[in-house]
This record gives sequence, C-alpha cells and structure tokens, in this order.
Amino acid sequence: MCSLPFFGKRFYPMKYLNNPDRLASLLAQLWQGLGVTMSLFGYTLLFSLPLGLVLALMRMSRNKAVRYPVQLFILVMRGTPLILQVFTVYFVLPMIFGTAFERLTAVVIAFVMNYAAYFAEIYRGGVQAVPEGQREAAHVLGFTRGQAFVRIILPQLIKRIVLPVSNEVITLVKDTALVTAVGMVELYRVARNAASTVGSLEPLFIAGAIYLIINAVISFLFDRANRYFAYYQG
Amino acid sequence: MLSVENIYKRYADNKVLRGVSLKVNQGEVVAVIGPSGSGKSTLLRCLIDLERVDEGRIIVGGETLVDTQAQGYAEKTALRRIILKMGFVFQSFNLFPHFTVLKNVTEAQERVLKRGRQEARDYALQVLGKVGLSDKASEYPYMLSGGQQQRVAIARALAMDPQMLCFDEPTSALDPLLTQEVLRVIKGLAEENRTMLVVTHEMAFAREVADRVVYMQDGVVRCEGTPEEVFSHPEVLAFTSQTPQPE
Repeated sequence: MCSLPFFGKRFYPMKYLNNPDRLASLLAQLWQGLGVTMSLFGYTLLFSLPLGLVLALMRMSRNKAVRYPVQLFILVMRGTPLILQVFTVYFVLPMIFGTAFERLTAVVIAFVMNYAAYFAEIYRGGVQAVPEGQREAAHVLGFTRGQAFVRIILPQLIKRIVLPVSNEVITLVKDTALVTAVGMVELYRVARNAASTVGSLEPLFIAGAIYLIINAVISFLFDRANRYFAYYQG
Repeated sequence: MLSVENIYKRYADNKVLRGVSLKVNQGEVVAVIGPSGSGKSTLLRCLIDLERVDEGRIIVGGETLVDTQAQGYAEKTALRRIILKMGFVFQSFNLFPHFTVLKNVTEAQERVLKRGRQEARDYALQVLGKVGLSDKASEYPYMLSGGQQQRVAIARALAMDPQMLCFDEPTSALDPLLTQEVLRVIKGLAEENRTMLVVTHEMAFAREVADRVVYMQDGVVRCEGTPEEVFSHPEVLAFTSQTPQPE
C-alpha cells in the first residue's frame, strides 16, 4: 500500500541513495529547480523590503486618503491565502491587461505584494518601538522630518526589526514551493516529479534538506546582523 | 528674549493652560515651579513647538512663533529658525542611543547648522569639557550614568549656540546624588549670564539660582517675582511645605 522509508513489511528499498548515477541526475535537476526557487526568493526580497517601507510610511500617514487604502491593501494581503493571490495575479491580471505575464514575473508580483504587506507591519511596529522622545529631540535640534527619519529613527528601527524580518525571510524560502500551483518547476516541484516517477520519497527528503541548509545560512546571517547591532542599547 | 502672551492649551476636556503669560529677559534665569499637572511642562513644550497652543502669542527673540490673533504659526523654515534659538533639555535626556557621546553633540551641528566635520568636533569637545565629560566622547549613552547622560544632553543643546536654554525638569529622572552634578552644571551656565527657563521641582535650586520664580497652578501663573517674594507667598508656602526638601 504505502511504502514508508525504512518501515513497512519489507525493508524500504532505496532507489536514489544507493544508485550514484540516478542520484547525480536527480541532484542536477534539483540544482536547476533551486535556481528558479532562488530567483523567486531573491526578486521577492529585493522588491518587497523597500516597498514595505513605503507602505509602512503611507500606513502611518496623517492623510486618511493615503492611510486607508494601504490599510485595506495590507488587510487583504495578510488576510487571504498567498496561493490565491498567486492565482489571481497569474490568471486574472492578464484578463484585465490583455497581455500574458511571464510566469516568473507574475509570481514575483504576487509574492512582492504579499511580503511587502508583512514587512510594512514589521516596520510600523519598529517605528512605534522607537521612543517618541527621539523624534522630539531631533525636532528641537532643528532636524527636518526627513533627516530625523534617516539619521535618528531608521538606524534604531533596523535594530528592532532584524529578528521579525528573519522570520519572514525564512518563511519566504518555504513559501516559494507554493508556485507549483501555477505550474512553475522549482525545487519542490522537481523533487515531487522525481518522487512520483520512481515511487520513492527520497527526492522530497533531499529537497527538504536543501531548504533546511538555505535557512540555516539565513539564520546564521541574521544572527550575525543581530549581534552587530548589540553595540548599543536602547 | 521670550514673550508668552495669554496662551491656552487643552487636550479634549482637560484645560492644561488657561491664559498663561510669561516674559524672560536677556540674561535672566527664570524658574517655573508648581505642583504636578499645573501645566509647567506643557508651557515649556509649547515654546519649542512640541505642543501647539490653541490660543495666544509666543515671541522668541523678536520673531513670532505663533500668534493666533494674526497669522497663526510661523511657516516651516521660520519655525525651524525660531526653534533653533532655543536649546531644550528633556527630563528623560533623549540622547540618541546609536551615536557615541561625541556624535550626539556633532550630528545636529553638521546636519542642521552645516558646520564642517572638524569644526563640529572641536566645538563638541569644547562643550563636553564644559559639562566635564570630554573623556566620555567615544562612549555610548547606555554606558553613562543618568547624570552624565543629562550633562551630554546639555552639551548637545549648547553646541547649537542657542540664545536661550529651556530645561524641562532636568533632574526629575535622577537620584539625589546625580541631581547635584547636573544642577551644578546648570548653575555654572547661569553664572555665564545665559538666558534660561527652568521647570523644576528643586526648590532650593530655584531659590538659589533663579533671578525670578514663577509659580503655576491649575494652568495659570498664580504668582511671580524674586525668589524671596515667591517663596514667602502663602500659596507657595502651602505647596512647598508639602514637598519634602532635601536640604
């Protein structure tokens, strides 16, 4: 019926780990899939981190006409499944604009919107965690609002958001597997295809190990960043 | 130097300032005393545009910060220019924690007054020397005691060459020992004939250092005059007798 690894009536027969040739070709395919995964990951971060800041500033605007639409946007992005957002961008937007998007482009757009919404709220929390007295001190020293933000608030904000951002970045690595739903062949899809072709779970576990390694590196880097900001307190 | 005329300020139903007028002349040290909630700090915060008045007029060094009878608040650049005439020292110091002591004092000189790096640095070390902290220039605020932090905050204000200094309960966050080192610095500034407005709970200090004392209660100035006059006023006596005196 089902063949669990290492269990069951008979000893689970290995199909990749004992076959170097097959393993090599699997790894080559996984490597290609990893490329797609990493470009989705990279583009999403590249655009969503700054866009999140813009959204956060708009969300904190005194102008209701600016604040309310962003509030609604963040609600929808955080309140609906990412996979649904991917579908929407992939299938609905071409109907509206009349042109098909390239697969990666469409998926990146959906991911950027979703992640920017989360980052915006992290930034907003960070801004609020910087004491009001910092803004007041900047004000009485004659800084403009822009100078105060860039020189006084932003550096203290970054210290406060390192760990919450690391959570999102790690989640993003795993969320990339969702794009399988619109037929993109990335790391998880490659592993799943291989698994079902040969009837073995090994490719999936190998893919899992790859995700884990990526996230171990990311965790390490964020930990370093966090320690870097320990040079001051408050 | 400073003229406050009939200012009103309320938060919702809470009328914090109900027609306060106050003058500070060039070279004068004015202490504002009064019970908590009397509006002293709000008054001070209105002078530097941290709070906005509902009514009244504030003139700083001949320039109008606000006149609700006329044009209201000054426009942005004028407002910044007027604010820069005053140095402000907060109760809670509000040093920039991510900057060293030196950078706390040079940053606004460079960014706001556009002084050169070397000039700002030299001047910062000079004012830090004045508050007795030139040896702490490369440390971060969290490494300092509260009294030292407040002295850095004073140096940071001095470095902007303000025409007048405002202190908002500068020692209320400090224990008695640290209070004295900060008060000594403020007293030293008073002896240089600087124009100062000090909101304080330190009665002995007000008595000793102020040229004039203003007693506020319930959002109005109840009496003002020389320290001798004010501290012998029956209402002030009633207030000061409630306050435990360190000396």
